[in-house]
Amino acid sequence: MIVLTQTTEILRQLPDVGGPAQPLLTIRGLTKHFPLRSGLLGRSTGVVQAVDDISFDVRKGETLGLVGESGCGKSTTSRLIMALLEPTSGEVIFDGQAVGYGGLTLKEYRRQVQMVFQDSYSSLNPRLTVRDSIAFAPGVHGVARRSAVTRADELLEAVGLDPAQFGPRYPHELSGGQRQRINIARALALQPRLLILDEPVSALDKSVEAQVLNLLLDLKDQFGLTYLFISHDLNVVQYVSDRVLVMYLGRVAEIGPVDTIYNGAAHPYTAALLDSRPSMDPDRRRLEPPLQGDPPNPVNPPSGCRFRTRCLHAEAVCADKAPPLAPAGPEHLAACLMVLPGSGHSQAPKLAA
Amino acid sequence: MEPLVHVRDLKVRFVSRDSTVHAVNGVDFDLAPRETLCILGESGSGKSVTLRSLMRLNPPRLTKMTGTVRVGGHDLVTTSERSLADIRGSVVSMIFQEPMTALDPVFTIGMQIRETIRRHETISREDAERRALELLELVQIPSAKRRLAAYPHELSGGLRQRAMIAIALSCRPKLLLADEPTTALDATVQIQILLLLRKLQQDMGMGVIFVTHDLGVAAEIADRVAVMYAGRFIEEGPVSALMRDPLHPYAQGLLGATVHGGVRGKRLTTIPGAPPNLAQVPTGCAFAPRCAYVEPACLAAVPAARSPIPGRAARCIRVPDHAVSTAA
Ligand SMILES: Nc1ncnc2c1ncn2[C@@H]1O[C@H](COP(=O)(O)OP(=O)(O)O)[C@@H](O)[C@H]1O
Ligand SMILES: Nc1ncnc2c1ncn2[C@@H]1O[C@H](COP(=O)(O)OP(=O)(O)O)[C@@H](O)[C@H]1O
Ligand SMILES: [Mg+2]
Ligand SMILES: [Mg+2]
Repeated sequence: MIVLTQTTEILRQLPDVGGPAQPLLTIRGLTKHFPLRSGLLGRSTGVVQAVDDISFDVRKGETLGLVGESGCGKSTTSRLIMALLEPTSGEVIFDGQAVGYGGLTLKEYRRQVQMVFQDSYSSLNPRLTVRDSIAFAPGVHGVARRSAVTRADELLEAVGLDPAQFGPRYPHELSGGQRQRINIARALALQPRLLILDEPVSALDKSVEAQVLNLLLDLKDQFGLTYLFISHDLNVVQYVSDRVLVMYLGRVAEIGPVDTIYNGAAHPYTAALLDSRPSMDPDRRRLEPPLQGDPPNPVNPPSGCRFRTRCLHAEAVCADKAPPLAPAGPEHLAACLMVLPGSGHSQAPKLAA
Repeated sequence: MEPLVHVRDLKVRFVSRDSTVHAVNGVDFDLAPRETLCILGESGSGKSVTLRSLMRLNPPRLTKMTGTVRVGGHDLVTTSERSLADIRGSVVSMIFQEPMTALDPVFTIGMQIRETIRRHETISREDAERRALELLELVQIPSAKRRLAAYPHELSGGLRQRAMIAIALSCRPKLLLADEPTTALDATVQIQILLLLRKLQQDMGMGVIFVTHDLGVAAEIADRVAVMYAGRFIEEGPVSALMRDPLHPYAQGLLGATVHGGVRGKRLTTIPGAPPNLAQVPTGCAFAPRCAYVEPACLAAVPAARSPIPGRAARCIRVPDHAVSTAA
């Protein structure tokens, strides 16, 4: 792990609290319903169930990939975790401590959890030089200007940009890939423990994407980080993740080790999503689309299992019962009645007597 | 037999008072009827400008286009605006990444298809209506009859894409140009549209030129692939051969940098540096400043297309030139 020189006490990574077995982040029953308003009076005419009762852990030192199609609630989840949005209900626990309300203060929490967004441009202040952008947050946290600037230059170096050349530049003078490197440097400035990366390479060209992915893997080791890596790109998620969480219409469909999920998905949605990837082999092209139609609208999601309207295995019981996450194998959970013993689905395992 | 598309030394510059952009710098290729060519490249390499040249859609005031561009026997460089209007739609038409650029938000889908047909053919309202319905069924829009009366904003992303395809096909073009039509779509919808386009191409016997930055998309749809860099085709060949064994160092780098199932646990190969500024045309190989194999000869002149095997070609001096060179 890199020990940066000339940094004051406040810039060291805060120590582990609960030990390696305790998850770094625990999400419990997190829910966000956006009111839909219409008309002059802004009367509420329904809700968008963007995120609906999701629970998962992010383990210390891992990369958890969060994957799903657009609109399934990935960004809302990341903004809830960053406390940029007020949840409708649910809680966020960081290294055993609740966030807010008598637990960790937001300031303490945000030092340890930082975020990188897809849009590299809008997340940088256009009037600040690159160096000042990176030095900004440490300044807010009471680091003297000179140490903050030295630190900014060290971070520029760490993300592969020459501080003398790039430090004085403004965001509009940089390419998309360079701006994303700056965003990563800025996110690292407070020595966080957890980075939330929301589609960090989705706007980049392939050759630049590869550079940034290599960089993220290097930095994870050097800085002792844990990643929540959000993407709609199944290949990228497979490449970076230790475990993968699949979302569909605001809910968790499946979670498990990356190889388990990619080699043997338990949820029919995950299987269809994986089968939708182009084959990468012109001699073995796809012949049939695995799913028909677009995902339904989170304003009026289907009752019971939200995937049932597109699922080949749907039965009457799927409309009645929202499937809970049930064990599908070692470390592997899936929210499908075919996995839940005794669920009433014809393909469900029988209950042990 | 005359190819459907015949392009030689196509150059496109955008000239304004204070700048010139050399977007396309000498592109040569032919497309046979019923053939699908993918143009693969990173942003700014000139894919869209090349595609738009085949319909002369680049902004007329700014654009300096030279070379030969023949589509279905029509000369696109010299033809009048009047005959262009006839060619567009009935000989060649285009679909885009963002369907709303091609759909008019204030007219129903049915109305837009009818009007497109009636611009090119004398046909009764009823016949146009019937054709519109057939087209929506052709692009597999469920409840097609009801959807004729829908406005674009009332459709989901995937359906809008299908409606745009229906309009593009309404006058049975011989050539369909597709500019990243699936890039903004989710995986489960993207594969539906790719398979639909493949089926339509076969059923209607169209030639297709499909622009993409996604190798996986090319693998699903292309007969041949052209890799574009700094306004030139730097490599061209059959899709399987090119993906298995790219010849040009840039094509090798691009394929190596593409993340796919097989690369987990390996470090991704990357290409150092960035593409050239297109304010000037590089005098030598445009990729030379980033190339691991560069030698003085690379900088002396733009490498000619060299063909080691019939049907394949690359603009790299290290590639042996055996086959009697056809166009590349
Ligand atoms: N501020 C908001 N107000 C209303 N609806 C929202 C808001 N933010 C997101 N949504 C809706 O919530 C759903 C999930 O969005 P998002 O979390 O951005 O999905 P993703 O990142 O997976 O594409 C979408 O239907 C989106 O339209
Ligand atoms: N109308 C225009 N005026 C000036 N420059 C343009 C215009 N259209 C495209 N360009 C420039 O031409 C180059 C090639 O663009 P384009 O063909 O759109 O690339 P891509 O391969 O991403 O489709 C880029 O540098 C772009 O900025
Ligand atoms: Mg998002
Ligand atoms: Mg383009």
